[in-house]
Amino acid sequence: MKRRDFLKSTAVFVSGAAVSMSALEMLDPKEVLAQNPELRWGFLVDTHKCVGCGMCVKACKTENDIPFDANVTRTWVERYVMTREGETFKDSPAGARNGFTSKLIDQNESGMKNVPDKDITQAFFVPKLCNHCELAACVQVCPVGATYGTKDGVVLVDRKWCIGCGYCIMGCPYGVRFFHPVVHTADKCTLCYHRISKGGNTACAQACPFGARKVGNLRDPNDPISKVIMSQRVGVLRPEYGTKPQCYYIGLNEEVH
Amino acid sequence: MVEQAAHLLVHGEIWTLKDLFVLPNEYVYWSIQIVLYPYMTGLVAGAFVLSSLYHVFGVEKLKEIARFALVFSFALLPVAMLPLMLHLQQPFRGIHVMMTPHFTSAISAFGIVFMTYAVIVASEIWFVYRKFIVESIERLENKQRTGLEGLLLLIYKVISLGVRDISPEALQADHKATKILAGIGIPVACFLHGYAGFIFGSVKANALWMTPLMPVIFIMSAVVSGIALCIVCYAIFMWLRRWALPRGKNFFLPDQLAGTMQLTTDDLREMQEHETTMTAKYLRIFMILAITLELLDIIFRGYTAVKSWDILRQVIYEHDFYKIFVLQYGIGNVLPFLMLILPGLTTRRACVASVLVLFGVLMMRWNVVIGGQAFSLTFDGFMEYSLPIIPHSWETFKEGLGGVLLVFAAPFVIFYFLNMIFPAFYNDDEAH
Repeated sequence: MKRRDFLKSTAVFVSGAAVSMSALEMLDPKEVLAQNPELRWGFLVDTHKCVGCGMCVKACKTENDIPFDANVTRTWVERYVMTREGETFKDSPAGARNGFTSKLIDQNESGMKNVPDKDITQAFFVPKLCNHCELAACVQVCPVGATYGTKDGVVLVDRKWCIGCGYCIMGCPYGVRFFHPVVHTADKCTLCYHRISKGGNTACAQACPFGARKVGNLRDPNDPISKVIMSQRVGVLRPEYGTKPQCYYIGLNEEVH
Repeated sequence: MVEQAAHLLVHGEIWTLKDLFVLPNEYVYWSIQIVLYPYMTGLVAGAFVLSSLYHVFGVEKLKEIARFALVFSFALLPVAMLPLMLHLQQPFRGIHVMMTPHFTSAISAFGIVFMTYAVIVASEIWFVYRKFIVESIERLENKQRTGLEGLLLLIYKVISLGVRDISPEALQADHKATKILAGIGIPVACFLHGYAGFIFGSVKANALWMTPLMPVIFIMSAVVSGIALCIVCYAIFMWLRRWALPRGKNFFLPDQLAGTMQLTTDDLREMQEHETTMTAKYLRIFMILAITLELLDIIFRGYTAVKSWDILRQVIYEHDFYKIFVLQYGIGNVLPFLMLILPGLTTRRACVASVLVLFGVLMMRWNVVIGGQAFSLTFDGFMEYSLPIIPHSWETFKEGLGGVLLVFAAPFVIFYFLNMIFPAFYNDDEAH
């Protein structure tokens, strides 16, 4: 074979192979699912409806294998008690996994605080969970990329890749992260990604007897939570950190952050 | 379900005391090892800057301590990584930081900065000791060797990289290379440590840490602690050598063993006195810079008094008052500063002052790292850290007193062996 022929047939072969190979573009099924620009998961909490029963915490721990007795939790409920003197007392004993069953307010080392009913001007409950921020601080600071945001707006942790440095725990302004006591990696609310991506509901929202917690698609104008966010006065937690949280609250006030 | 996991202790729970309202997931996650991490990198960077004062700026008076500082800085280098490894929940995955760095994270630069710095220090040592290495090969080749000397010869042969040229031109080139490397080394050392400050300073969720001054404060305190450690260790090693010399304990005197120096105890005493007091001068300058910046930070926070100042004031002036104003500023800064400026400075006084300075910088790291976690993200409660003393488990060992002692002891063990190969007190008029 002449050199010219060899080069010619090589060129033909390479270009022919390249064309046919290009048809075999690697498609990651997860990406295909997530690339739907019509989908952006969000969460809505109606604090007026929460009674502090703690069913959401219990359901979350069971669903997501967070040991029930371990003092960490992916979601929790806070109680706010305000007095005539302008004081605010807050507590969330063990994340309210057993619900609020006592009027005594748990002040940790300072003991249990008893506020007489007549002194209370208002009291309410606020459920908390990961805000699945648009510009999440935890995603930014993870040194190995083990924490990442999915295309449909959920922030997740790769348990196989997390080195357990704790930088994301320090970086989160909302304190939603912790070290999983069994797996020993950073852990947080996944918005029950394994359920919602199959058309299900989050465990907490499903367990809530009063409909205080709802998950939905913020890009769909007909979604129940989008409708509320568009038509009512809602707020987010700590917007000053610039993380753009995607968990909206009805009935926030300045004591809650 | 993880049913068997009842009563599981969460990481951080064992040493965290909560008061008032603290979020359920909040604990002191970054404990003693993260206090030690900036402390150790600070010592590395500081020791290197001290050695560079001689190599780059030609401060002749620091010649003796410069070589020691360089070798000691190299011994400290692997130990700067140790606290991080002890702190990681998944230590075996630590290498991911180097293999799959996620560049929006400050920590991801660790591998690159750390390796660059290690390469610079290693090559600088190589150039400084090249003549000694070649001479040692020749000396050891021409004599009846014991087993250990045979090993030493092998090590020297490997690290000589096959270069045996010690002509005046070659040595001149070495000298130039040393100077260039030391010159590049200063900004890299500052970056290594300033970047440790950046890791803290850029955490926007933490009201105490978040300040652009943090990297600069860290660099200054790094230089202070590095110089102080060099003064203390130099003096101690010289005392050891003075003790060892008349007794013929040559394992403390590898340079003597090499036969390149003929020393007397008086020489050693004079050298020790001269170097420690000279270095103390530079210590004072950097102390002034460090304290000025730290005070500026506190004053600025108090003056601007943004929302977080309410809780920070309580932490700084009430909860941590003793640790900050008595231990850090009083015993760790003011007292040693007075000791250093009083006339007639002796080695012993410089040493005691330097030990106090080292303690002061350690307290500063403590007050930053632990102090930054002393209050809740909600600003409504406090957390207190109690250092585990008696280890009940692997975790309480590595993040307790045991881990601290391990980290503090490691550089000296490394230095002992490193000194066998590169005698840190080796004196040669032609060398750099």
